[in-house]
Amino acid sequence: MKPTLRIIFPGLFTTIQDAGRYGFQRLGVSLGGALDPVALRAANLLAGNPAYAGAIEALYVGPTFAVEADDARLAFAGADAAIELLASADAVHGERIAPMQSVRVRRGQVVRIGSLKKGASLYIAVEGGFDIEPVLGSVSTDCRGKMGGWKGRTLAANDLLPLCRALATERDECRIEGLDLSPPQRFRTVLGPQNDYFSEAVIEGFFASEYTVSAESNRMGLRLDGPPLQHRHGFNIVSDAIATGSIQVPGGGQPIVLLADHQTTGGYPKIATVISADLPAMGRLPIGAKIRFAPTTVDEAARARRALNATLESLPGKLVRIAPPAAITTQLVECNLISGVHDAAA
Amino acid sequence: MLEYRVLPAGDTALVVEFGDRVDPRLSAAVLSLAQSLEGEHIAGIVETIPTFRSLMVLYEPLVLPAALLIEQIDTQIQKLNSHEIISRVWHLPVCYDSRFAIDLQDVAQRTSLSVQQVVERHSECLYHVYMLGFLPGQAYMGEVASELALDRRATPRTSIPAGSLAIAGRMSCVFPLETPCGWHIIGRCPVPLWDDITATALLAPADKVRFVPVSVREYESVAARAAEGVLKIEPVSDFVEAVA
Repeated sequence: MKPTLRIIFPGLFTTIQDAGRYGFQRLGVSLGGALDPVALRAANLLAGNPAYAGAIEALYVGPTFAVEADDARLAFAGADAAIELLASADAVHGERIAPMQSVRVRRGQVVRIGSLKKGASLYIAVEGGFDIEPVLGSVSTDCRGKMGGWKGRTLAANDLLPLCRALATERDECRIEGLDLSPPQRFRTVLGPQNDYFSEAVIEGFFASEYTVSAESNRMGLRLDGPPLQHRHGFNIVSDAIATGSIQVPGGGQPIVLLADHQTTGGYPKIATVISADLPAMGRLPIGAKIRFAPTTVDEAARARRALNATLESLPGKLVRIAPPAAITTQLVECNLISGVHDAAA
Repeated sequence: MLEYRVLPAGDTALVVEFGDRVDPRLSAAVLSLAQSLEGEHIAGIVETIPTFRSLMVLYEPLVLPAALLIEQIDTQIQKLNSHEIISRVWHLPVCYDSRFAIDLQDVAQRTSLSVQQVVERHSECLYHVYMLGFLPGQAYMGEVASELALDRRATPRTSIPAGSLAIAGRMSCVFPLETPCGWHIIGRCPVPLWDDITATALLAPADKVRFVPVSVREYESVAARAAEGVLKIEPVSDFVEAVA
């Protein structure tokens, strides 16, 4: 029988994502891809996969699924979440699993993930990956384009996600220590491309204001509540192309940061664009998060990008082997103690 | 001499803007630049997105710094000279019957024309494909006769069927997939405009399109052949345009 993950409860907006679908935007095909590629890469590293293999992306509320393979190695990276390993679908309580680690799950066991905390996105990678045919070079789900990923849509109850491996490899489990996924104090932006649609005073106000991530946010864009940004001369432009991270300002003046699933083209002015090094952090902002923006230059953005790449390349050095099961309880206690001491000192 | 400006869209994209209006001459400059950058195979360019009046160039900043890319763009624009653009002319069947054309009556009312007149004015035009965007394979075709140009409906629809033909301002669009839509639906085209298996869009920027009114029966016959995968649609001719 084909090894699968059987979805019992899909969560709020759960899709398969990889690094995205490059090269087809001229045809109207959105980029897509993981909102937080850093966490995607961490999950794949823990699972022993290539850096940007397709994984499950859960937003806000995680899925519940059963493992229908002899056994499988799963890895979780991203937001904090109550991840439980249950003996069966009927079990009420199970073993708690911390995010940022891998775990081996046997046939029939159920993984239940609750609401995500301190972050919007969680990645669930499975060793060997999902046996899904790429569309235009990517297994990312494009819900608007109805293609890629799992049937071009969000996961639903009773979906059977086919796995490439029927068995986990024999090795110890790992966790990642010291990867900081907290958002920056200020998201750095390059002005433009349509900053000339706003007065100097409005632009100053934009950088001086605090914005709150609205509940209407989705994979297309992060809608922000805050002081409205008034346009100097109208808010309709002749449609031009959209870059991921561009902050578009529709007629109402509430900005929208365009994320992975944004349309390829659009007709609202874009006041500034979040730099590529800060985009993964943008993709993990939960609803209600308070954020600020800062201006920067393209040269500074390139330095930030180099720093992000260095962080990504240092990830394997942050892998810590988890001692065999008998010692796990002690390890967790130690972890709690260490973070307790750290908090007390702060 | 072409006027243009290069605007940053963050640190991984530049917008080469030739103007701020819908104009076939600007569109031709955009497409020529896209073609010439493509021909140069410049390392670090990820992809380009042509629009009505600008070309977005996506790049990898650690391979090709913005300053060097701007130099490349300036060089290519200096070299753009008059040439011919060869595009294709398509005749696309459209059924304007009320079962598909849910807003046709309303459009007639808003424009003080009869339904018949709206259909005539819409189908007598040879449209220019300015760009693809919004959905895979979706072409922005213009411009519709000025008396047919309409702003968005007050309330967008949460879903319209694939193939719906809309008036969208001065543009006309066929939506290749089911989608939410705020525009005026005046017919439906049975020819698939997008194939995600082969990543092919039927229409390309600079192509010309004429909509040919067909009956419900003809619509259904074409749609059935499309569903079986046996529909062959070819351009009726080439279209040669000189670009200054």
